[in-house]
Amino acid sequence: MMKTKRLFTYAFLIIVSFVSIFPFLWMLSSSTNLSVDVTKGKLLPGSHLMDNMHSLLEKVDIVTALSNSAKVSISTTLLAMLIASLAGYGFEIYRSRAKDVVFNILLMSMMIPFAAIMIPLYRMFGSISNVMPWIGIDTLSSVVIPTVTTAFLIFFFRQSTKMFPKDLLEAGRMDGLSELGLFFRVYMPTMKTTYAAAAIITFMSSWNNYLWPLIVLQTPENQTIPLLISNLGSSYAPDYGVIMIAIVLSTLPTALVFFLMQKHFVAGMVGSVK
Amino acid sequence: MKTAAPKMTTTRLKAGMTGWLFISIAVIMIAAFYFYPMIQALILSFKTGTGSNLTFNGIDNYKRLFTDSMFITAVKNTFIYLIFQVPLMVILALFISVLLNDKNLKFKGFFRTAIFLPCITSLVAYSVVFKYLFSADGLVNSLLLNLHVIGTPIQWITDPFWAKVTIIIAITWRWTGYNMIFYLSGLQNIDSSIYEAARIDGASPIRQFFSITVPLLKPIILFTSITSTIGTLQLFDEIMNITKGGPGNATSSISQYIYNLSFKYSSDFGYAATVSYSIVIMIIILSIIQFKVAGEKK
Repeated sequence: MMKTKRLFTYAFLIIVSFVSIFPFLWMLSSSTNLSVDVTKGKLLPGSHLMDNMHSLLEKVDIVTALSNSAKVSISTTLLAMLIASLAGYGFEIYRSRAKDVVFNILLMSMMIPFAAIMIPLYRMFGSISNVMPWIGIDTLSSVVIPTVTTAFLIFFFRQSTKMFPKDLLEAGRMDGLSELGLFFRVYMPTMKTTYAAAAIITFMSSWNNYLWPLIVLQTPENQTIPLLISNLGSSYAPDYGVIMIAIVLSTLPTALVFFLMQKHFVAGMVGSVK
Repeated sequence: MKTAAPKMTTTRLKAGMTGWLFISIAVIMIAAFYFYPMIQALILSFKTGTGSNLTFNGIDNYKRLFTDSMFITAVKNTFIYLIFQVPLMVILALFISVLLNDKNLKFKGFFRTAIFLPCITSLVAYSVVFKYLFSADGLVNSLLLNLHVIGTPIQWITDPFWAKVTIIIAITWRWTGYNMIFYLSGLQNIDSSIYEAARIDGASPIRQFFSITVPLLKPIILFTSITSTIGTLQLFDEIMNITKGGPGNATSSISQYIYNLSFKYSSDFGYAATVSYSIVIMIIILSIIQFKVAGEKK
C-alpha cells in the first residue's frame, strides 16, 4: 500500500515535470534543426544551429530588438528600485495617519486593469509627442515611464521595511547622517536581499511585457523582443528552426536570472501574500 | 522648556516633510499613470467618434454593449476560460504542492524547479511555441496519432471547441507552477504536529487533505484564485499569438477586443473605453466578493 502510493507519487511528479520541461526541450532541439525536419516531428538535436542563426540575422534585426529590450528592462528596473524603495521606506519610517490614507489609495491602483487605461495612456503619450518627442509615442522612454512605478513594489518594500532594524537609523543620525544619507548609506546596503527579489520580478515582467510596447512602439528599429517574436510567429510560412532560435535567445536572459537567483525570485513572489 | 517645545515641532514638521518627499515621486507617478488615465477612460467611455474627433453621446456606448455580439462573445469566452481553467489549475497546483511537501520525497528540488520553469517564459514566446506544438501537423497531433489515441488529427487551432481547449491547456501550463509556489510556502507554515495528531487519530491522507490542508490554506487559495481570475479577465498575449481570436471569434477575449476596437478597426476610442470599463466593473465585483469571503473568517 505504502509502496504503491510512493510509486504513484513519483510517476505523477515525473509526468508533470516532463510536461513542464518538454516545450523547452523541443524549442532547444528545434533551434538546431531545419524547418522541414521540425515539421516531420524530429525531436533530437540537429546540426543546423548556425544556419538558423544566420537566417535569423538576415531576416530580422534581433540584435537591435535584444538591445532595446535590455535598455528598457534595465532602466525600468533601476528606476523602479529607487522610486519604490524610497516610497516604501518613506511610508514605513515616517509613518503618519495621512500617509496611511495615501498608501491605501495607492494600493487601489493594483486593481486597475491595464486594458482600462491603455487607451488614455496612448493618447497621453500622443499629446506628449507634440511637446517632447523624445519621450512620446515610439520611443523607448514611453515604454519605461508608465510601467516604472507599481503599487505592488511599494507594498513589497514597505512590508520588508517592517523588519528593518530601526536602531540603525538612530545610530546613523548620531553620526550626523542626513535623512537621505540614512536611506542611501544605511537602509540600501542592509536591504540587499529585498532589492534582489524586487529587481528580478521587475526585470522579468519588463523584459516580457507585450501589450504596452505593442501599442506604443511603431517602427522596427524600436521594437522589443516580444514584438519581434510575435511578428515572426504570425508569418504565414513559418521557418520553425529560425523562430525557435529567436525564442531561445529571448528566453536566455530571464532563464539566466532565474537560475542564478532562484531563491530571491521565490522570495519576491511570495512577498506579495505576506 | 519654553524654547524646547517649538524646536520639537519644527523637527517633527521637518521629519514629516522628509517623509512626504520620500513618497512624492511614487505618488505622482501612480496618480499620473494609473488614476488620471482611469478618469480619462471614464470620460472617454461617454464619447463617440473615430481617432481624436470625439463627441459626447451619453450612455449610448453602454447601451451598445448589450447588443454587441462581438463583445458578448468575448465575455462568454472569458468566462469559459475562467470556469474551467482556474479550478483546474488550483486543484492541480494544490495536489502537486502536497506531494512535494512530503519530507521523505527525493529529488524535491528538481521537481519544484521543473514545474516552476514555465513561469520564466514570456507570454509571447510560450504562446508561439504552443501554437506550433498544437498546429494541425504539429507534434501533439503526431504524438497522439502514433499512440493511436486519435484516428484523425485534431484541429486544435482552427476548431472553435479545440481552440478554447488549447488556450486553457496553454494557460494551465504557464501558471500552475506559479500558484504551486504560493501553496508550498503556505504548507511550510503548517505545523507538522497537526498532521501527526491526525495520523494517530487514524485520519487517511485524503481526510487530512480536506480537513487540515485545505482549510488552513484557504486564504492562499482565495488569493491565488482571485489573482488568476483577474489575470484571465485581462487575457491578451496568448489569444493574440495563438489564435488571433479565431476561428471566427471563438477564442477572442475582452482585452483583445479592446485592442481591435482601438488599433485595428477604425480607432473607436470611446467605445473601446466603455468595453474596458466592463472589465473594471467585473474586477470591482470580484474584489467585493473577496472582501466578503475574507471577512467571514474574522
